[in-house]
Amino acid sequence: MANLKLTDVEKTYGGTVQVLRDINLDIEQGELIVFVGPSGCGKSTLLRMIAGLEKITGGELVIDDMVVNDVPPSERGIAMVFQSYALYPHMTVRDNMAFALKIAGDSKEEIDRKVEAAAAKLQLENFLDRLPKALSGGQRQRVAIGRSIVRDPKVYLFDEPLSNLDASLRVATRIQIAQLKEEMPESTMIYVTHDQVEAMTLASRIVVLAGGGVAQVGSPLTLYEKPNSTFVAKFIGSPAMNLMRGKIVGTGATTTLEMEQGGGTITSNYPSTDADMGAEVEVGIRPEDMVEATGSDFAYHGTVEITEALGEVTLLYFQRANAEDDPVIGKLAGIHKGLRGNDVKLTASADKVHVFHNGISLLYRDKEVFLPGVQPH
Amino acid sequence: MSPIIQGIITIIIGVGGCVGYFYFANLFLDKVLFPARGENAGRNINRANMIRPWVFLFPAMFALGLYLMYPVVGSFFRSLYDRSGDEFVGLGNYARLFNNPDFRQAFFNNILWALFVPAGATFLGLVIAQLTDRLRWGNIAKSLVFMPMAISFVGASLIWRFVYAQDGDIGIINAIRFYFGAEEGIDPLQIPFWNNFLLMIILIWIQTGFAMVILSAALRGIPEETIEAAIIDGANPFQVFFKIKVPQIMGTIVVVWTTITILVLKVFDIVYTMTGGNFGTEILPSFMMDFMFRDDGQATAVAFVIMLVVLPVMIWNIAQARKEMR
Ligand SMILES: Nc1ncnc2c1ncn2[C@@H]1O[C@H](COP(=O)(O)OP(=O)(O)O)[C@@H](O)[C@H]1O
Ligand SMILES: [Mg+2]
Repeated sequence: MANLKLTDVEKTYGGTVQVLRDINLDIEQGELIVFVGPSGCGKSTLLRMIAGLEKITGGELVIDDMVVNDVPPSERGIAMVFQSYALYPHMTVRDNMAFALKIAGDSKEEIDRKVEAAAAKLQLENFLDRLPKALSGGQRQRVAIGRSIVRDPKVYLFDEPLSNLDASLRVATRIQIAQLKEEMPESTMIYVTHDQVEAMTLASRIVVLAGGGVAQVGSPLTLYEKPNSTFVAKFIGSPAMNLMRGKIVGTGATTTLEMEQGGGTITSNYPSTDADMGAEVEVGIRPEDMVEATGSDFAYHGTVEITEALGEVTLLYFQRANAEDDPVIGKLAGIHKGLRGNDVKLTASADKVHVFHNGISLLYRDKEVFLPGVQPH
Repeated sequence: MSPIIQGIITIIIGVGGCVGYFYFANLFLDKVLFPARGENAGRNINRANMIRPWVFLFPAMFALGLYLMYPVVGSFFRSLYDRSGDEFVGLGNYARLFNNPDFRQAFFNNILWALFVPAGATFLGLVIAQLTDRLRWGNIAKSLVFMPMAISFVGASLIWRFVYAQDGDIGIINAIRFYFGAEEGIDPLQIPFWNNFLLMIILIWIQTGFAMVILSAALRGIPEETIEAAIIDGANPFQVFFKIKVPQIMGTIVVVWTTITILVLKVFDIVYTMTGGNFGTEILPSFMMDFMFRDDGQATAVAFVIMLVVLPVMIWNIAQARKEMR
């Protein structure tokens, strides 16, 4: 039940290795914030700094209007769920959940009441007297979550809590976490994952971390519809957004673009100014926004290299002239047979065409945008 | 022939012989005894695989049988005969032992040893392992603590004779006494009852290194996240140590404890070197030494008593160790 404020937070290991810098975030009470980013970008480090397990080497962390940089973890009002569950292996489920309360000196009745309530919430009543090793992965993770709930923390921290679970359990537990959040609307949660689906489905806002900084913060759909840079554009969405080189040939409330490859022309709803005329830009279109062109305007023209028919959609892969570029991918709804080896023209409606100049979206030109300097994947 | 060449030849023959045994026994089994050919090929393969483990285990079982089981059985029978070994006396040797106040004293002292040495060494080893865990010079400290392990019991005893020396210029105990104004030196090893503990300190000093090394490895094997979770749960360093760390390595602690207990029941060197079993410091192994070669009937009876005492500890030890490995 708290708001968090991170101001210019940075992390340097051993005085030289800078892992995070200039992290500025305002987290409101009741939000579910998800940190995503490529592996090794510092998601866990940032979470552990909020938890107090890792020293903050620069900047300021405020929880509920109190600077907590030097406050020990147990006094920050946080609880953390680890990827590896981190259950105490020698204690029963009940004792695992009761540990923090016992240390805090709660009365026996109080402890029992809280533990049973948490166990009921997580369907763990029948396992209270088992040791962790006699539980399945999903049950263990629920115990870990229960261990947080009993403490009634101001902020819940999750570090990739579902990564050790198999696919079907992951979905079930994800839904459980979403329900949990709904039951506790005023508690603040910070959730680290590298899984886009988790990020998109759970988050009230997503923080994309990369290259040691914050690439973009916004609601899941903001990131999907209005990525501020080519990095975020490629990172959010799967398969990743196609980026193709082009030139601005018409400016104004909408922008007309001439594509380098295939020489087609296409319109984007992104506005541009007269000064942009002739600028070399990158044009981004998500695979799922691509449709077969019928008219004279098209974004891409090529030979279908491979097709993947998934039933609900058909994926088309186009090799690019420059083999180092990622292939252009089209994701057409429904079943399309016999396209392999054909010449196909693809286009997209103007509201689905994104334009980036020097890696930054035209929509964010007057804002400060952090470019991670690395490519996703 | 120079001893070095002799040694090398011995090693070659020994190692070569071992390798050769396994290689040729295997070959014999597969090619001659149960060849995987002809009409019975399938059956032969099965039979060969059933026999193979026994062929491979045979040398070890034979050596253990010859050098371990035979002496145990032999000792037991010897303990039923009189000092010259001619006359069968039944349990007479045992009866005489339990009527002997010296034996009872040794038995009592040995119980003290078996309680305090493993406890002391394990406790100190655990504390040192924990305290040196994160220190930059922790490894140096650990090496120093481990070093007595490399000294023989007799060598260690000789070192401690200096510590306990009556001369205040040599012995630290008397030096301290003199500093506080004592007039005359004492021989600490003659203080009744407490001199037992002075001797135990020597073995604790030696065995702490062993306990520390094993427990240090066990401590490092504890998942870091469980400790971090406990810190977030509000545990202070003592609670983390006693409620999270120690319970997780309990199995290892038991193995270390029992291993040292077994050792304690075998070590006679320290008592033998320091006091010769005088001044009420006798323990079973040194008591046995007193009889050896003079009255083998009694000596083997003591040996057998020791074995009976060690056996349950040993079984527990092995059971724990096997549980740890699983
Ligand atoms: N103790 C450390 N010393 C130096 N670098 C570290 C240390 N711990 C982590 N790092 C580095 O910090 C970066 C971020 O790690 P982490 O936060 O675990 O990434 P992730 O986003 O995958 O959770 C990694 O590049 C890692 O190598
Ligand atoms: Mg991580």
